[in-house]
Amino acid sequence: MERRTIVIDPVTRIEGHAKITLHLNEQGRVEDAHFHVTQFRGFEKFCEGRPFSEMPSLMARICGICPVSHLIASAKACDALLAVRIPPTADKLRRIFGLAQVVQSHALSLFYLSSPDLLLGMDADPASSNLFGVLAKNPSLARDGIRLRQFGQQIIERLGGKRIHPAWIVPGGVSEPLTVQNRDAILASLPEALAIAERTMEWFKGTTEQFREEIASFGNFPTLFMGIVKEDGGLTFYDGKIRMANAAGDVVADGLDPARYADYLGEKVESWSYLKSTYYKPKGFPDGIYRVGPLARVNVADRCGTPRADQELAEFHELQRTAVLSSFHYHHARLIEILYCVERMQQLLTDPEILSKHVRAFARPNALEGVGAAEAPRGTLFHHYKIDEQGLIRWANLIIATGHNNIAMNKSILQVAKHFVHGERLAPGMLNRVEAVIRCYDPCLSCSTHAAGQMALQVQLLNAAGEVLDEVVRG
Amino acid sequence: MNRPAANIKTLKIDGRDVTARPEETILEVARQNNIFIPRLCELKGLSTVGACRLCLVEVKGSNRLLPACVTRVEEGMEVTTSSERLDGYRKAILELLFTERNHICSVCVSNAHCELQSLAQKLGITHVHFPYRYPVVAVDASHERFIVDHNRCILCSRCVRVCEEIEGAHTWDIMGRGIDALVITDLNQPWGSSESCTGCGKCVHVCPTGALSEKGRSVAEMLKRRQFLPYLTLMREDRE
Repeated sequence: MERRTIVIDPVTRIEGHAKITLHLNEQGRVEDAHFHVTQFRGFEKFCEGRPFSEMPSLMARICGICPVSHLIASAKACDALLAVRIPPTADKLRRIFGLAQVVQSHALSLFYLSSPDLLLGMDADPASSNLFGVLAKNPSLARDGIRLRQFGQQIIERLGGKRIHPAWIVPGGVSEPLTVQNRDAILASLPEALAIAERTMEWFKGTTEQFREEIASFGNFPTLFMGIVKEDGGLTFYDGKIRMANAAGDVVADGLDPARYADYLGEKVESWSYLKSTYYKPKGFPDGIYRVGPLARVNVADRCGTPRADQELAEFHELQRTAVLSSFHYHHARLIEILYCVERMQQLLTDPEILSKHVRAFARPNALEGVGAAEAPRGTLFHHYKIDEQGLIRWANLIIATGHNNIAMNKSILQVAKHFVHGERLAPGMLNRVEAVIRCYDPCLSCSTHAAGQMALQVQLLNAAGEVLDEVVRG
Repeated sequence: MNRPAANIKTLKIDGRDVTARPEETILEVARQNNIFIPRLCELKGLSTVGACRLCLVEVKGSNRLLPACVTRVEEGMEVTTSSERLDGYRKAILELLFTERNHICSVCVSNAHCELQSLAQKLGITHVHFPYRYPVVAVDASHERFIVDHNRCILCSRCVRVCEEIEGAHTWDIMGRGIDALVITDLNQPWGSSESCTGCGKCVHVCPTGALSEKGRSVAEMLKRRQFLPYLTLMREDRE
């Protein structure tokens, strides 16, 4: 048998555009796999020369699903340029904003993109393997997903004025205080969201038994895990220090200053992808492989700090005595985080200080360089800017969550492909598993919501001469 | 002040009988009668230059279109402010303004408070049918309090006029011709180094777009206040 390459292009039910190539050896066994991010954006370059005060809104355009994360990280970098301490109420409002976005983004990932795999199975007909298929088989689950996403989006709209790309977060704080009416409306919507999170958690835990093989092979390998934690080691999305834990669950680095990310994180460019690969410098490339996002956050955090999420976290840690290693459990971690977000919003919104009108600090740029870091739904997000004395951007560097996971995603598809893809003929279920492991990471590639419907999928099996041996077309 | 009745002109705008004083322009009379005529360069309180050509109207008996901001009323005039022909020209003018520089509304300080943007919305522009030029033009943030972003300038010259006519500084002027024209401060030097600028900020507030803005404003935060202008003009006239 000849050496062959299987190309999955584009990968479906992910946010953005990517393709996967699987390299098969003479025996028809997978020997290598690459996850190629095929889009080029250029934000770091074209923001040069713009006034720094435009950066949060400019950078939010990176993403239509998680613009709030970019707003937060960018505004924090701008706060550093202003060298101000933002008012406590602004800090809390930004936190609520970020939590609402985590809920809606996690709901999108879990219900819209991954629930077809979980509910209908990995071998389901691709034609029905979508939200409509879920709606037909389990309408209440689909409705819960749509409702939960709406819940998060509505909070974003109430705070920021619109659901996508609100300009409410500004350098120095936020532009408008929270009104009593909006606080009460958000508070009133929390119980339903909590009930949905609880129901979905129960449903999810009931499904995992049938995915034993996937759990064992979906990115189930030792890596480091990175996340921002509070001073007391608790889960946070907004502010704190970087913690790095190993596969045994032991903390290997703690209290790292996010502003000094370049000291401990390296970025490597691969010729086959527009996505940079980030690694932990002390271990070098590629041994410095680490994961970020829900799984990493619940692995590195000592506690959530809210009652229901902490109960679920304790149960989660029973899955594995060390850190929980399988990327399949990203879904589980995502659900714990949804619980945390809803509970944490309740805590923040009942704080009497939340209605304060003092929500913005004003200053001129006082530093020529600033770093902002926050936990986006998919992992740690860094925005790093340098400005000139006039306040115009001269240099920018961003590390997006998906970049941290790049090495792990590549390794994961290799593991899945080695386990499931073999033989002469392609079966949809085989390749769907290769895509499904990518969905576990919920990569945000273009970060855009303008793609409508399901994208087409074309898989070709080529021999060494480039002849098509087999082809599967979907969409 | 009592004026002789003979000085009143009567004319028709869009079929409506209106009256006006002889020194008034079609645009002024239309405005008094709540008849909308689009414009970007004209601003009440400043001299008129007829630069943007958006206020072109049809006048019965004239083959050419006339700019309403600089055309005085005449007895018996019959003016049409809106027609398929006029709308077509106005849309084309606006589309060309969009292609000429880099207008990115979504990340502009004047988003939702921009005269260019709101006029485009009002005229129903959803697409631009001409190729964009994407010129490379600078942002000058050298002034202590203000920024000029040439990407968003439509060369209406309001800043030039307010600076000369109201503030009396004449810091602003226009350099170059046609497509290469640029608003400049003093002798084309960084705004921050201008010796004539008083830092009054009137230019910022008369600017119809986000080209002139206050430093530190984030997206959609630049609200322009122009109510002061007619009063300043009136007070100057009274003094004279």
